[in-house]
Amino acid sequence: MSFLKRSPWIMHYDASSCNGCDIEVLACLTPLYDIERFGIINTGNPKHADILLITGAVNDQNKGIVRNLYEQMADPKVVVAIGVCAGSGGIFRECYNVHRGVDSVIPVDVYIPGCASRPEAIIDGVVKGLGRLEEKAAALKAERKAGKAK
Amino acid sequence: MTGLPGAILYLILAPLIGGVLAGVDRIITARMQSRVGPPVFQPFYDVLKLLGKRPIVVNNFINFYVTCFLVFVVVSGGIFYSGGDVLLCIFALTVGAIFLVLAAYAPNSPYSNIGAERELLQMMAYEPMLLIAAMGMYVVAGSFHVHDIMRHREALVTYLPLIFLGFLFVLTIKLRKSPFDLSTSHHAHQELVKGLTTEFSGPTLATVEVAHWYENVLLLGFVYLFFAAWSPAIAIVVTLVTYLFEVLIDNIYARLTWKIAIRSSWWAAGVLGAINLLAVYYMFRGHL
Repeated sequence: MSFLKRSPWIMHYDASSCNGCDIEVLACLTPLYDIERFGIINTGNPKHADILLITGAVNDQNKGIVRNLYEQMADPKVVVAIGVCAGSGGIFRECYNVHRGVDSVIPVDVYIPGCASRPEAIIDGVVKGLGRLEEKAAALKAERKAGKAK
Repeated sequence: MTGLPGAILYLILAPLIGGVLAGVDRIITARMQSRVGPPVFQPFYDVLKLLGKRPIVVNNFINFYVTCFLVFVVVSGGIFYSGGDVLLCIFALTVGAIFLVLAAYAPNSPYSNIGAERELLQMMAYEPMLLIAAMGMYVVAGSFHVHDIMRHREALVTYLPLIFLGFLFVLTIKLRKSPFDLSTSHHAHQELVKGLTTEFSGPTLATVEVAHWYENVLLLGFVYLFFAAWSPAIAIVVTLVTYLFEVLIDNIYARLTWKIAIRSSWWAAGVLGAINLLAVYYMFRGHL
């Protein structure tokens, strides 16, 4: 089995969110929810992270940063968009400077609804992301095997 | 347990013991913060996961230096657990630490470079006390060899209480615990202080972690040496209590600046270490 499921390290990036979802993400780290029970660590470094949590609708100023963070993460990796803004742009959708969601810049695996998303929903979304992470790990393994066979 | 079997046992058992100790550390830390904490084998899951990630190479030298770091830590532990020379062991450990610093200097990242500089400062802080501890062992046991120090009639700590305290002081730096976890830390994942390992990812980071487990078991071996004359069971219990004490210190102290780290550890070496060393040298010379 893959050990990704037992130690998913997350990184959180605020792509022009109103900070509502960010506060809920940080709430997951408190003793009440204690995500370290599941081996989850909040890293703050894309090179160590397996799961990228993004809040906010992404605008012109940070789309480059979002792409850069995504590219610096090592495979297998998963992106979780938290809140309606990250999903579709939310109430900021029609703004001239907004990119209408994270998936307009990088591929997203899990969308978590809510304005703001509740900590329970965020934990649930991350756990869903673990399933995707497993699939990607299996794909990477197959790719490596194929590479060796050549 | 000396000679080659000791070194081989260390090679096989040290990562297992070190990993479990790291897991226990994380659980105790979580309980102190009124959390539940991860499973006890969590450090193994982390390392096995990191080994499965796709390697990202920032700079080819990093992997070479990190591998050298692991090799030299294992060699110094092998020297220690085969009953070899304590001084040689400390020098090999220092060479290992230098390789880690070189690895952090290799990429052109400011965070990584600051971590490397802080690691050098930490080495300046702990190195004098480590050497004084080795000298103290020599003055009491009449030999630098772990093999002979182990067989000394009385526990070293009865002659070297202040040196043991000073050693505990620098052990905090070596185990990367607060208040001296300046170059990299197990807790500050978000901060500049993750410095040293910022540019390491996947298998490289896993190697650093495993080397750290080897290092911890070697350092706890030093603690054991101070109590070796008592029965092994008591000495092992005292060693584990020492480790738990370091975890406690880690949790109740905030991080200090590098200036305080160097100043205080040099004071520890200069006062505790030197006084104890001179006292033993003049009072018990010829009687030990």
